[in-house]
Amino acid sequence: MKPAPFGYERPRDLQAALAVLGEAKTSAKIIAGGQSLGPMLNLRLVEPQLIVDISGLAELKQVERRGDELVLGACVTHADIEDGRIPDVTRGAMQGVAGNIAYRAVRNRGTVGGSLSHADPAADWVSALSALGARLTLRSLSGARMVAMEDFIVGALESALRDGEIVETIHVPAMPASAHWGYAKSCRKTGEFAHAIGAILIDPSAATARVVIGAIDSAPVVITNAAELFGGRIAGDYKDRFDARVADVLLAKAGVSNAAHRHIHVNVLKRAVSEAAA
Amino acid sequence: MRNEREFPSAGGAGAGQGVGARLPRKEDDRLMRGRGQFVADIRLAGLQDVAFVRSPLAHALIRGIHVPEHYRGSVFTAADLAGVNPIRAVSGLPGFKISEQPVLATGKVRQVGELVAMCVAPTRAEAEDIAATVTLDLEELPAVYDMRRAREPGSALVHEHWGDNVFLETNFEVDISRAFDAPIKVSREISTARQCMSPLEGRGVVATFDHRFDQLTLYSSAQMPHITRSGLAECLDMEQGRIRIVSPDVGGGFGHKGILLPEEVCLSWLTMHRGHPVRWTEDRREHLTASSNCREHHYKITVYADRDGRLRGIDCEATVDSGAYSSYPFSACLEAAQVASILPGPYLMPAYRCRTFSVATNKCPILPYRGVARTGVCFALELMLDLVATEAGLEPGEVRLRNLVQPEQMPFDNITNKHFDSGDYPEAMRRALASIDIEGVRARQRKGEADGRKIGVGVSIYCEQAAHGTSVYSGWGIPMVPGHEQASARLTPDGGLELRVGVHSHGQGMETTLAQVAHEVLGVDVAKVRLIHGDTAMTPYSTGTWGSRSMVMAGGAIATACRELGERARRIGAKLLQHDPAAVVLQNGEVRGVNGSVTLKEIAHTWYRRPQDLPPDVDPGGLEVTSGYKPQRDSGTFSYAAHAAVVAVDPDLGEVEILDYVIVEDGGVLVNPMVVDGQIYGGLAQGIGTALYEEMPFDAAGQPLATTLADYLLPGPTEVPAPRLDHMETPSPYTQFGVKGIGEGGAIAPPAAIANAVNDALRPLGVELMQSPITPYRVVEAVLAARDAERPAA
Repeated sequence: MKPAPFGYERPRDLQAALAVLGEAKTSAKIIAGGQSLGPMLNLRLVEPQLIVDISGLAELKQVERRGDELVLGACVTHADIEDGRIPDVTRGAMQGVAGNIAYRAVRNRGTVGGSLSHADPAADWVSALSALGARLTLRSLSGARMVAMEDFIVGALESALRDGEIVETIHVPAMPASAHWGYAKSCRKTGEFAHAIGAILIDPSAATARVVIGAIDSAPVVITNAAELFGGRIAGDYKDRFDARVADVLLAKAGVSNAAHRHIHVNVLKRAVSEAAA
Repeated sequence: MRNEREFPSAGGAGAGQGVGARLPRKEDDRLMRGRGQFVADIRLAGLQDVAFVRSPLAHALIRGIHVPEHYRGSVFTAADLAGVNPIRAVSGLPGFKISEQPVLATGKVRQVGELVAMCVAPTRAEAEDIAATVTLDLEELPAVYDMRRAREPGSALVHEHWGDNVFLETNFEVDISRAFDAPIKVSREISTARQCMSPLEGRGVVATFDHRFDQLTLYSSAQMPHITRSGLAECLDMEQGRIRIVSPDVGGGFGHKGILLPEEVCLSWLTMHRGHPVRWTEDRREHLTASSNCREHHYKITVYADRDGRLRGIDCEATVDSGAYSSYPFSACLEAAQVASILPGPYLMPAYRCRTFSVATNKCPILPYRGVARTGVCFALELMLDLVATEAGLEPGEVRLRNLVQPEQMPFDNITNKHFDSGDYPEAMRRALASIDIEGVRARQRKGEADGRKIGVGVSIYCEQAAHGTSVYSGWGIPMVPGHEQASARLTPDGGLELRVGVHSHGQGMETTLAQVAHEVLGVDVAKVRLIHGDTAMTPYSTGTWGSRSMVMAGGAIATACRELGERARRIGAKLLQHDPAAVVLQNGEVRGVNGSVTLKEIAHTWYRRPQDLPPDVDPGGLEVTSGYKPQRDSGTFSYAAHAAVVAVDPDLGEVEILDYVIVEDGGVLVNPMVVDGQIYGGLAQGIGTALYEEMPFDAAGQPLATTLADYLLPGPTEVPAPRLDHMETPSPYTQFGVKGIGEGGAIAPPAAIANAVNDALRPLGVELMQSPITPYRVVEAVLAARDAERPAA
């Protein structure tokens, strides 16, 4: 379990990193915390000719509040969020998610941008940031574009990133005081990847909700028009009106053919709904 | 409870260091500071690393192996290893079919991960780069991946010349037809998953040739160095004296490190061929996919009982997936054939039948893992006893109490003629039931849980035959039969004590516990006792550490050698005290007479440095003794334990949480109860792994599907509760100090206790799980199936 030979670049700033990526004539992979890419390299599941190490880029560790959003650099670590070293606009939601990602050793090095770029459907940020309505700035030598989380994750280990493009920042909208948040997952053991994730951001006073069913074999099911999950309307009694059958149908549509798997997913989502209502 | 006792001080010779003392482990000073020396820590000048090309297919004909021209000198295949013999582990049991495991594949490959070519380079990464350039031309054959289908006619064959896939079939019967009219008859199919042993340290080999000694020196992470030497000599056609096996610190073995590996043979050949040292360190993917597999059992079992829950008989057909090859020295049949002899365990029954099949498949060889066969047997029988309890309308604990051997029946020969040396099995069960508070759990169940989870309680009991010797193993006819165990004891000129044994510690704390045995006899301060082990050049021959035998056998041998040594010292001491030898005694490291005393240190000084002061008729053997030992009976010691678990099961998510866990254990006289506690904690963790997490699934092509630790789940600290331990100490009548072997028991009973608890929790839902591990998916699948069954047809 040793990686195949690869070239290594550690650019000094984002522009240099983009230049290396843009000019690479060979297959290149970006490494930040290395918590997913490291094992994949050792297992020779990926054999890039060039590794571009962005862990030294100060620009990608910046965090700032811009209006109604928190803008996080891609290299912010899970532990930065868990430990409250960065401001929070989600009333503790992100801190709660961060603190339960894998093990502390992984959280110390793993980055939010790296996790999203890897696009593992079982990763917490993939589901949590989809539910929180986050957007991402993707940058390449030719400029920047912004995509919503639900458009960014295309499938299992597949994102909307193009060659030469990098996740630069994550934009997390401030959570209104009237909104409720619920996040639940089921893992076979502590620190293991979840086999079911349910996330919900619901605002009964505004009658809006974002619901995510994650950790399936493809991109998470993101439900932005969630009224049908609650008997046709979103109101204060949403917990009692949660309709497991609708969730079950959505999962079947998303290709989850096994009834026991759907049952677990639906019940994890139900936990998230209960947590939001608690 | 013993584990709540005060920690005695370890200072000073005398009190508190002998048999029964909770001494901190001597070896932990280096191990906990990261100063242990494992195979991978060894550096030799000119050392090069090896990576293997392994078969990507489970079953295929080898049409060609293509090595790029520029790597020809660095890559070796079976064609290069001319004269190297395959590994043969033959059993003398009638009907056993022989497999030959080539150290590098010839003709065809029979399992994923089988060694095909060996690549050598200055570093492992470079060796892996070379391995990646080797291409195999394989013609895939249908894989034999399901041990029960493998027995059906028309199945593909792992070893064509056999004509079928059965290594061995055994039959045992006592009066089974007399059970058939029993009013209670329960039949089920029960299975345990294939697992990987997963010690913290994998296997590892450094091979070099020492021209001064004309000796191949193999550093290997091995439990049984002397057996490794014999097996290696057979494969390489070398005199055993030209081979030295050194086993340094070993980070867990569990049986995996008792096996002669093809890698050991390959590297031995390679270092002699190339003239420089070579190393191979098993990585975790190799460990998971290519080696160390264990535990895959299937039972078709019927239990007969009277209305009062008393057993009338057991009828069983057991199948074990033995994998592709018979591994050295335990063979492919140990696991399944043992099932037949150990299934009845400590229970009374008048009738019994068991047929077993050891079946060859295109998987790694099945290896003897901690608790060999017993974990599966305990799982099968204890789950069935809970069903008998349900049928009889009794508490599960009560069914055990009505069927267990009673203390007044000891020593006891059970229906398969296992000779139980001592113990009070019902008392262990009663204590476990009281400690887990059965009544309290039942009351809580009636009340229900606010969070919707279901509470359940489960018990299990097992026995662990340990240190079984010649009379047991001669019947198996396998390459290794233990006889007398030997140990050497030598006083050094400054009064220290050196002990030499051929067993090897792979985490058991023997440097401490065997020193305690010596201290018990000679009174030498444990701090001044050094254990020399893990080196064929420096220790007496031994079959090594397996079968929970080391304390009984090596401990007994050390006690015997130390007594002889003490006697010689006493006679010298008498002379120095100018006493009649009959008038002096050896006590607390001194020879004492009425007029005074002389220390062992002074006696040693006289023997080595002032021989002019010795009596003329002194024993010329001096202060160094090698002596041998066998218990009065070598049919084994029987330790045992009752386990009880309380679990909470979430029927919607399938999650199982262990709320309480009690172990009442009787391992005879405990040399170091703290070390025993450690053995039980570790075993429990592995048992929980079997119960809830560990599984190596295969697909229909024979591909192992859990190839990393992200897929193969091992319990961690958060999955293992702190158990409540209670020790009983019924001495064995046959051994030194009454000790019994206890190394494996912790891993045997947990899957049964936990599965019984889960089934107890889910019984109101009509759910029954008869397969390990109990995963969330399996729980939810069973819950949904039970709901569907209840729903009236539309």
